[in-house]
Amino acid sequence: MPFGQIIFEICKTRGIDETISYTIVSIILIFISAFLTALNLFNKIGKFAGAGSLIPITGFANSIVSPAMEYKSEGYVMGVGAKMFTVAGPVLVYGISSSIIVGIIYLIFNTQSITLI
Amino acid sequence: MKKIGNQTYVLSKPVNILSTACIVGPKEKDGPLNAYFDQCLEDEFWGENSWEKAESKIIKETVNMAIAKSKIASSAIDFCFAGDLLNQCISSSFGLRESNLPFFGIFGACSTFGEALTLGSMTIDGDFATNVVCAASSHFCSAEKQFRFPLELGNQRTPSSQWTVTGSGSAVLSKDGEGPYITALTPGKIVDMGIKDANNMGAAMAGAAQDTLLCHFKDTGRKPSYYDAIFTGDLGHIGKDILIDLMDSKGYNIRANYNDCGVLIFDKDAQDTHAGGSGCGCSASVFSGYISHMFKEGKYKKILLMPTGALMNSTTSQQGESIPGIAHAVSIEAQFPTDLQA
Repeated sequence: MPFGQIIFEICKTRGIDETISYTIVSIILIFISAFLTALNLFNKIGKFAGAGSLIPITGFANSIVSPAMEYKSEGYVMGVGAKMFTVAGPVLVYGISSSIIVGIIYLIFNTQSITLI
Repeated sequence: MKKIGNQTYVLSKPVNILSTACIVGPKEKDGPLNAYFDQCLEDEFWGENSWEKAESKIIKETVNMAIAKSKIASSAIDFCFAGDLLNQCISSSFGLRESNLPFFGIFGACSTFGEALTLGSMTIDGDFATNVVCAASSHFCSAEKQFRFPLELGNQRTPSSQWTVTGSGSAVLSKDGEGPYITALTPGKIVDMGIKDANNMGAAMAGAAQDTLLCHFKDTGRKPSYYDAIFTGDLGHIGKDILIDLMDSKGYNIRANYNDCGVLIFDKDAQDTHAGGSGCGCSASVFSGYISHMFKEGKYKKILLMPTGALMNSTTSQQGESIPGIAHAVSIEAQFPTDLQA
């Protein structure tokens, strides 16, 4: 069973609402991958597990924390602040852009009363 | 100095390699050449708070060590030729700012050490200097930061990628001394094989290595067997095989005595370095450590050192440019040769 699913099941058995459980799973996974990045362990896990360690949300946290650590020597503004998104930036730009496009398509179909699914 | 053939220069007076020194990082310490390095660092920071400062300290201490070993006063050094991979050659210029030596910062990517030895011996042969110090450095962490991804990023390295050597090598050249001598120089031309993959530097540089090597053999009339060993800088496992094939296609079999510093410095399987070592520090430290040691022991009497460089930066790669390569050949011999007349 995937690690995220384990957390989800634990939340569920404790009587937490399903939607909130999903959020809790994301928060815990993000924290763990950021923490392991800081300990310089995530790159070793990534080397071994490849995409298994990166998809979907753990790799994103790692891609933000790793440049932040790397560029700390250039200060908190031009280093950490400016360079934090050098790896994750493109994912954000094209992820958000494509979700907007898909949203517009969905809106058009919806207002024309065309059922997609 | 006399030019023979297209681009080879024979030195008229012996230029001595008085002393060499090298300092390398922890990964190199775990490698097969461990015993030949003067100093191995325990960690990549060496007490500094950034990798760039650590690299500057490495080249500074290496140059100081080479000058100390040469037993000549640093005031007797006329010029310093040094370079590295970081933007605007900051490792060398910051590391050597307190050296109080007339300084030429040079850039030939990973071929920098060959370029330094070439320019240094030309300067001495041209009577512009008596003693010259040459150095080059690279640092795995600072190079990854500048050229690739943050170290902590959990990405996969491609099989053809190479591992930048953390380390520096330095040599003091002089008019006087008892050898080994730099005897002939074949400065390389820029050769572009059209390779665009920045993770396959070996393939990008192999063409330049072949061009310089062919020129050297044609100009001097020497055969590969003339040398006890021929070393390229950092073609790695992939580039080494390509160069052997390219030379085969031109009728030169270099299998018997050819090796690559990037292949020698790491144990590919045990150290997970993929295609081998790279960086200015690769050929510089392998020459200053291992090859110099072999000369002292008398195991080598004639070698050809040919550091190779990929002349690119991250901007050109992102713009889809191909990677031009370069290789400078330096012939180093225990005796002054009789087959070449300057």
